[in-house]
Amino acid sequence: MKHTISVLVENKFGVLSRISSLFSGRGFNIESLSVAETMDTTVSRMTIVTRGSDQIIEQVTKQLNKLVDVIKVNDLTEEKFIDREMVLVKVDTEQAVKRDEVLRIVEIFRCKVADVSSKAYTIEVTGDEGKIKAIVDMLKPIGIKEIVRTGRIAMTRGSKALKE
Amino acid sequence: MKITGAKIFIESLLKEGVDTIFGFPGGAVLPIYDALYDAPIRHILVRHEQGATHAADGYARATGKPGVCVVTSGPGATNTVTGIATAYMDSIPIIVFTGQVPTPLIGNDAFQEADIVGITRPCTKHSYLVKDVRNLARTIKEAFYIATTGNQGPVLIDLPKDILNAETKFEYPHSVNMRSYKPTVEGHIRQIKRMADEIVRSKRPLIYAGGGVILSNASEELVVLSKTTQTPVTTTLMGLGCFPSDSKLSLGMCGMHGTFRSNMAITETDLLIAIGARFDDRVTGKLDEFSVNSRKIHIDIDPTSIGKNVRVDLPVVGDIKNVLKKLNSHLKHVKKDWKKDSKSWLRKIEKWKRTYPLVYKQGKSAIKPQYVIEQIAEITKGDAIYVTDVGQHQMWSAQYLKFKKPRTFLTSGGLGTMGYGYPAGIGAQAAFPKKTVFVISGDGSFQMNLQELITAVQHRLPVKVAIINNSFLGMVRQWQQLFYDKRYSHVCMANAPDFVKLAESYGALGLRAKKPDEVKKTIEKALAYKGPVVIDFVVTKEENVYPMVPAGKAIHEMLLV
Ligand SMILES: Cc1ncc(C[n+]2csc(CCOP(=O)(O)OP(=O)(O)O)c2C)c(N)n1
Repeated sequence: MKHTISVLVENKFGVLSRISSLFSGRGFNIESLSVAETMDTTVSRMTIVTRGSDQIIEQVTKQLNKLVDVIKVNDLTEEKFIDREMVLVKVDTEQAVKRDEVLRIVEIFRCKVADVSSKAYTIEVTGDEGKIKAIVDMLKPIGIKEIVRTGRIAMTRGSKALKE
Repeated sequence: MKITGAKIFIESLLKEGVDTIFGFPGGAVLPIYDALYDAPIRHILVRHEQGATHAADGYARATGKPGVCVVTSGPGATNTVTGIATAYMDSIPIIVFTGQVPTPLIGNDAFQEADIVGITRPCTKHSYLVKDVRNLARTIKEAFYIATTGNQGPVLIDLPKDILNAETKFEYPHSVNMRSYKPTVEGHIRQIKRMADEIVRSKRPLIYAGGGVILSNASEELVVLSKTTQTPVTTTLMGLGCFPSDSKLSLGMCGMHGTFRSNMAITETDLLIAIGARFDDRVTGKLDEFSVNSRKIHIDIDPTSIGKNVRVDLPVVGDIKNVLKKLNSHLKHVKKDWKKDSKSWLRKIEKWKRTYPLVYKQGKSAIKPQYVIEQIAEITKGDAIYVTDVGQHQMWSAQYLKFKKPRTFLTSGGLGTMGYGYPAGIGAQAAFPKKTVFVISGDGSFQMNLQELITAVQHRLPVKVAIINNSFLGMVRQWQQLFYDKRYSHVCMANAPDFVKLAESYGALGLRAKKPDEVKKTIEKALAYKGPVVIDFVVTKEENVYPMVPAGKAIHEMLLV
């Protein structure tokens, strides 16, 4: 099953490689990973999306916790959470019909055209997994030239915050 | 007053109470070696950096204090990798200081540059690259703290040369407070009560004790637990020494080359109490058939060990000594006739012991390897620190030595590193100059780090090494015999040095025994000699270690002869 895990780590050099080498060394898979500083600049927050049986996920969280630079690990999948990802999609629009089609999809999904040229439109879309998948599926037949994703970020619902 | 990074290194070690370090110099650590020149720290000059790490490891295992080593950058640093991985797999606290090229050169492929922090990341508990001399003292303080607390292990500190020359005020922190590192020490009290209830209810309990008992210095508590509840104890390879061998409740080692009674007891117990053991594949054999009749309790300082291989009914995370103390004080008040209730279970185990004891036949002409080890055990009476290498001789040592105390059996369990034994023996001897340190090695293993003979001679460390010389890489040969149709591929060691002459050329005493009746005398002669001794025991070539659980089989499916 897919799990979304939030990890607070010391914002120090080398921490990212500790985490990634933990995953590769132990054969855990990473579907997506995103990192950035938190309000406290000495702390970074990572959102890791991984997949595995309950036993594997238990090992993933325990092994993460075992790293000396890891402050807190929270498997969001155990509670209600929201997740978002931003994706840039460059779509081939050499033929005029395609442009109309793309614009229609942009409107339906309420996303943006971030860049326009004579031959391609670049769409910027933010949403949860379902929305991203839906729009990508719609754009595919038109002709996607390139796609970039930020990786998923996530947060628990409600007033509770992930603290050290 | 400002002092250099190199001086801070020395002062910090002194604050940590370090009196002995193992090392090998080079360009990047010249400032450290200059500071060592007149520092009140004993430096043992090894002949290969791998030796330094194993020696530090042996020192740590024998004393319970962290072992320390210093090496230069590049090749000096990379030579430590096997030693670090060995310590990591067995959770041994060592601190490895590596030199590094000056900070402005890092990343430039400078002369003797190696990204040792990167290389050792997966085999250290933690590591540091010091980039500012003002952080050096705190880094060293943290390193010692991390290495010796929680699930212990090696910590590496990479020291660029310019940092060693830079100056700052020296202030050693009194304590460590890291928000990201707070090991759980206290066991959960409700879990401990439940554990007591389980033990009371059990009809056929069994303690399965591992290296964690030794690391947490919990042998006494383990003995109390076993005695009070009349629970038999089987130990892992790493756990040997944590429970006295002469106790009626001791079953010896379990696992691939464990005793028949241990493996049968694991199979038939109704309550398996794992204490500081991690259900390693060499112990469990085929997982689906491992101890299927039991409920399982697991006490460990390391949460990742719990539930990793085997599902556990009752986990307790905490320091073993701490947990066992609480458990024992609970059990003290329990009204139960433990003696009477354990009788039939213990009788069953006794019967297994009588039916299939460890056996070998010592004839008149050639020496059996087991006989040498049994004689060493008999003559030293458990009053020695035994160190092994890896292979058949290691398993026979585990089977035939008799232990009285913890920290008297040093062996590379997790990584299984040939070449570990001799340098680890040097480390133990450096810590205990007066004790007998007996290394039991193989002709293959000994050749992997025999350069350290001169280290023992130079530093007057009277380590005794018994080479169980079967002219083979015996353990590999055994597998080739049993599972590859006796196709002995590249395991013959008949081309070997004359170990007696070799010892002599190094300035050690060299002895040899070829006949069974020479064994005892030779061991006694070695023990009577004040300096380092190498004994070449020429033994039968094709003896096998039994019992043996073939790979992939359940642990009750032992080959017995
Ligand atoms: C560094 C290293 N290389 C290879 C091995 C694989 N190996 C395990 S046991 C063994 C044979 C050891 O031979 P020896 O030291 O002569 O001991 P014996 O088994 O004959 O007692 C080998 C090659 C190992 N454990 N470590």
